[in-house]
Amino acid sequence: MINEPFAIGNSVIHRLDPRFKIIAAMAFSVAVAVVYGFAALAAAFTASLLMLRLAGLELRSVARRLIPVNGFVLMFWLILPFTAEGEVIFRMGPAVLYKAGIVLAAQITLKSNAILMALIALVATMNFATLGQALNQLKFPGKFVFLFMLTYRYIFVIEEEHKKIWRAIKIRGFSPKTSLHCYKTYAYMIGMLFIRAAARADRVYQAMRCRGFQGQFHTLAEFQSSGKNWVFSILIVLCLFGIIALEWTAYGI
Amino acid sequence: MVSESASEPIIRLRGIRFAYPGQAPVLDNLDFEMVRGDRIGLLAPNGSGKTTLFHLIMGLLEPTAGSIEIFGRPVASEKDFVRVRQRIGLLFQDADDQLFAPTVIDDVAFGPLNMGKSKKEARDISRRVLSFLGLADFEGRITFKLSGGEKKLVSLATVLAMDPEVLLLDEPINGLDNTTRDKLSQVLNNLGISYMLISHDIDFLVNATDAVYTMAAGRILKDEQVHIHRHDHAHQLGHLPHRHK
Repeated sequence: MINEPFAIGNSVIHRLDPRFKIIAAMAFSVAVAVVYGFAALAAAFTASLLMLRLAGLELRSVARRLIPVNGFVLMFWLILPFTAEGEVIFRMGPAVLYKAGIVLAAQITLKSNAILMALIALVATMNFATLGQALNQLKFPGKFVFLFMLTYRYIFVIEEEHKKIWRAIKIRGFSPKTSLHCYKTYAYMIGMLFIRAAARADRVYQAMRCRGFQGQFHTLAEFQSSGKNWVFSILIVLCLFGIIALEWTAYGI
Repeated sequence: MVSESASEPIIRLRGIRFAYPGQAPVLDNLDFEMVRGDRIGLLAPNGSGKTTLFHLIMGLLEPTAGSIEIFGRPVASEKDFVRVRQRIGLLFQDADDQLFAPTVIDDVAFGPLNMGKSKKEARDISRRVLSFLGLADFEGRITFKLSGGEKKLVSLATVLAMDPEVLLLDEPINGLDNTTRDKLSQVLNNLGISYMLISHDIDFLVNATDAVYTMAAGRILKDEQVHIHRHDHAHQLGHLPHRHK
């Protein structure tokens, strides 16, 4: 289920105003997504590492979080160098290695890891509740924030219901096989989960109406923007300027 | 607010009929009155329409026939019921339906915030209610990680935070251990407001209510007094001297 191992901590980054962190993470992601120069990408990568360091996160568990993305990146490495066009750097029979493909794959690798590490350092260092409240305060669409919070709250309940159904199936001697009976059982289970989730949603909505809910979602959260948040913002802005400047000197605008 | 004399019913149902689609009516020609200070227990078989009755009073369901008057004023539209819900609190059977916010304080403050209270007021009210229920240190707890008993008490806090004049409690002690049951009946006895509760537990009903009604054939049958009486009973270690609460 959902664990929030990075949200626990008391580092400089953990203590920053969540709203600043969300905006910084978004700005950083956009900037890194649009630059291509290796100097700029290397700078961004270093900045991300630095933020992880400041957040006091254990690099090994961060690396474990990066595995799924890099599995995806690996696919690029398997395809792009052989399918790009232009300058050939190596040729062996029908297999041709293109320089442009290798460059592109390397850019994607640096970009995705830099962005993800920045997100882990900045966004994963707050828990879901805080994230929802911060998004709400940043005037993100109410429906979006609401969906986000309710998903977080009820995914556990639905997981419980899934376990209940699964137990009921198992104690009556069900073992998965390749048979119509087995597929039917799975279909019933999934169908039942949907029905229960829908019924649950109805009851939750009723309970909310009983407490005066009329579509407007209020929250208690109040964040103070103290001096160190502005220092952090200035650092992030400088860092982004640096990345853009590096890109500029390499390619021009 | 309409002025009302003490004897005037705060909830009055007349000729209520309700049927779920494609089924025989659950409630049929039901009449019911509740006056201020009433503490009513509802003990009736499954499927006899107890929860339906509560949901009709809250305006979550609409009767096919009959009229509802609450605080001396007829209510029919959703707009009428929005006002009703500010003065009548409903505790749901399943606490997981009631607690939807990530943290306890957020959930308890939800009602007061909806009623237009400021953040500070909402927070103060929530803290006061939580400490009244002995949950002062629960504020930051994550709702889905609470135990069953804790969830039930926090649900009660979310309802009490709206300062209701009447409480409707739908099987409040279902699945709770004896300690939490005792605590709940103690809390109810200290509330000083009118309430009606559904339960299948006679001991709890005797402790927490003044009258027990039952339901049959879609109607409420009154039994004005709970008749406390003695009878033989069996349990383990019965030969040793012991006391019953």
